[in-house]
Amino acid sequence: MEKTIQFTLNGKKTSVTIDPGQNLLWVLRNHFGLTGTKFGCGIGFCGACTILIDNEAVRSCQLPVSEVEGKNVLTIEGLAVDGKLHPLQQAFVDNEALQCGFCTPGMIMNALALLKRNSNPTRQQIIEAMDDNLCRCGAHVRIIKAIEDASVKMRGGK
Amino acid sequence: MKKTETKSTVKNRNTGLRRRDFFKILGGGIIVFFSPWDALELMEMPAEQARSLPKDFNAFVHIAEDGTVTCYTGKIEMGQGIITSLPVMAADELDVPLEKVKLVLGDTALCPFDQGTYGSLTTRSFGPAMRAALAEAKGVLMELASEKLKVPASQLVAEKGVIYVSGNKAKRVTYGELTRGKRIEKFLEVKPPVKDYTKFIYVGKSYKKVDSVEKVKGEAKFTGDLKLPGMLFARILRPPSHGATLKSADTSAAEKIEGVKVVRDDGLIAVVSENKDKVDEAIVKIKAEYEFNELPVNDRNLFEWILKAQTSSSVSNTAGDIELGRKQSEHVFETEFHDVYLAHAPIETHTALAQFEGEKLTVWASTQQPFPLQDSLANELKMPRDNVRVIVPYVGGAFGAKNAYQQAIEAARLAKLTGKPVMVVWTREEEFFYDTFHSSAVVKVNSGIDREGRITFWDYHVWMAGTRGAETVYDVPNRKTTSYSRARNAPPVHPFATGPWRAPNNNTNTFARECQIDIMAAKAGMDPLEFRLKNLKDQKMIDCLKAVADKFGYTPSKFPSGRGIGIACGIDAGTWQATMAEIKVDRTTGKITVLRLACAQDMGLCVNPQGALLQMEGCLTMGLGYALTEEVLFEGGNIKTLNFDTYEIPRFSWVPKLECVILDRKDQPPQGGGEPAIIAVGAAIANALFDATGARIYRVPLTPTRVLEALKKA
Repeated sequence: MEKTIQFTLNGKKTSVTIDPGQNLLWVLRNHFGLTGTKFGCGIGFCGACTILIDNEAVRSCQLPVSEVEGKNVLTIEGLAVDGKLHPLQQAFVDNEALQCGFCTPGMIMNALALLKRNSNPTRQQIIEAMDDNLCRCGAHVRIIKAIEDASVKMRGGK
Repeated sequence: MKKTETKSTVKNRNTGLRRRDFFKILGGGIIVFFSPWDALELMEMPAEQARSLPKDFNAFVHIAEDGTVTCYTGKIEMGQGIITSLPVMAADELDVPLEKVKLVLGDTALCPFDQGTYGSLTTRSFGPAMRAALAEAKGVLMELASEKLKVPASQLVAEKGVIYVSGNKAKRVTYGELTRGKRIEKFLEVKPPVKDYTKFIYVGKSYKKVDSVEKVKGEAKFTGDLKLPGMLFARILRPPSHGATLKSADTSAAEKIEGVKVVRDDGLIAVVSENKDKVDEAIVKIKAEYEFNELPVNDRNLFEWILKAQTSSSVSNTAGDIELGRKQSEHVFETEFHDVYLAHAPIETHTALAQFEGEKLTVWASTQQPFPLQDSLANELKMPRDNVRVIVPYVGGAFGAKNAYQQAIEAARLAKLTGKPVMVVWTREEEFFYDTFHSSAVVKVNSGIDREGRITFWDYHVWMAGTRGAETVYDVPNRKTTSYSRARNAPPVHPFATGPWRAPNNNTNTFARECQIDIMAAKAGMDPLEFRLKNLKDQKMIDCLKAVADKFGYTPSKFPSGRGIGIACGIDAGTWQATMAEIKVDRTTGKITVLRLACAQDMGLCVNPQGALLQMEGCLTMGLGYALTEEVLFEGGNIKTLNFDTYEIPRFSWVPKLECVILDRKDQPPQGGGEPAIIAVGAAIANALFDATGARIYRVPLTPTRVLEALKKA
């Protein structure tokens, strides 16, 4: 049974008429064409599908689309404003905090959720917050550095 | 149209674009064709592989009328950074501004034949071939400039896409002006001299990844991000075990799901739908029965099983007389080492999209092997190769896994059966199940030392891992390597597929050798660094060890020292390296925490030091996995570790301080960089465990349980 679900996606009000049990990840990718959010493991272990719902990091691969009714959904595509990279994206570029880039959107979204709840995390807090996002290329040390740098920038530092 | 040279004997491989079509698409300019044979000869490929390679010419570089230089390569970008480093080499060889160089990657219709992106070969083997083509192209440009400027070529100088008369910069012509209105084909058989490294402007400087911005924006297209009108998703019925044969399948429940179609064809049973969720829902509704015929091997009896296998052996690296060496020994050591099956586990699973347009098939695939895949598709679907095009978008990590491309064959078969474009995205469970695992192995090392702590003999036996990285490295007068692999027509050893992992099998051999070296150093009462230096004549290795010790601030000590520092070294892909690890051990839980990892490597001329650094860091980090946790658990053909909950790969909390040193070797040819730094991580950590506690573990991974057991024995 299809249902119309209304929510805010990357800052714009939107709606989709769909089976409410459909998986959010594939709705984002196939219905909205937002393919920056990746499929990695399908059961929430790797974090490649991480998005923000009402500013909290959520794994979209196991979430029914009905869960976002009335909520604010942010994907990697919603970060850059007028083509200008978000400070976190810029910090990933500057620190070369990626190799193949497949886990990168999930990493950035998870880091964004961290910085939204704690604008000045310690290195240890960054590690703890990021620990369940997997990267196989081994960009970890640079990702930590990128998040530290972005945190400084986002607090208005240089 | 001017032709400087054509060879009528040249046969096109008839793949992708025919030669004459190049100009139709690219307009005028200069195209240099090359035979892949020059490049392949450099690779010391096995004879049977080399024989099966087609002889053909295909375009390598195109210099357009606007001066843009396009390099065509069948290599692919999977995070290793060639998309950044190859243009750097090209710009220097051709004397063009770096921003004028464009790269076309991994498209069988446009690029010259390539055997695949693996073995850290792009820079060391493809690089020289590409540079030779560019040197040829530059020769043509100099010739044309000579005609145009009416000055002998010897008096001309090329710089940043402009050729001018030496001493008179006003008398000049650009590459674009030279190629305008021209259609020049050059065939390359004899390699012209390439440029002296001292003249390089771009090579050797650091460049940031050119693909970062689109990747952080989520805009970079991986195979699974593509979408075609009418595209169907597919899920394929999989057996529960590699030893299972399908007896029957009841698909009626799956067929009842709206929008789902069941496809059956010669052993292939799949469900397809435009809706991804529906195929996931449908596939589990198929009731299938199997017959099981499992090999009686599991992760517990594995090493006895390997030693019992019917094998054939080959001997290499022989010198002196093992028995003589044994007689001269003060101490003799016999040690058996074990290595386990490892999964590649790239975060992007195997993915492919296939589309038929009339007789033409196009397949987009996450693969390291576009050309071999093209051949396989032609074979499997009984089509002329000309009608098959493979395109490789960005690949989301591979590490050897994507030398296999079963998913692409599946997508193509389903596209043919359904008449629609079909996307196959393997689940994580399929990825683990069909992965071509790093082979499990056994190594037995017999060796000896004399009273002065010199190695007297080295009798090395390796089962199922081959000899990559099995060099003795040390200066040993009496030595022999015996490698055992499955005998021809013998029953299978592995219950599933195996294949190259990152630095395939070098990890196995380096682990065994470097642990054995430490065992001997301890008996000799020597510091493990000093013991190594005493037994080495190989200057490259001596330099690497000294460089890493220097970076680490290492001071020799009694051994074991209690400090928890381990050393190991080895050679891979033409690159020499030495690694040091510092760990702490929780004696209650057995958990090892790695505090520092340092690596120094001699990789010859380093094209892009920044890119090489990323690869070294990646190798060291990935190495923590095989050292500490990674192990495929199985019972016969039934894989038990099918997702990241049971197969643990490195996490943020594991990653130590990383320190990397690239030795300055500008006068040496460039060597491989994607794999070498991973080879010694396991041995360095195992040796650090001994240094910390006196406990020795003879296998990877060094799990807490194994550490606790070893601590009891120490």
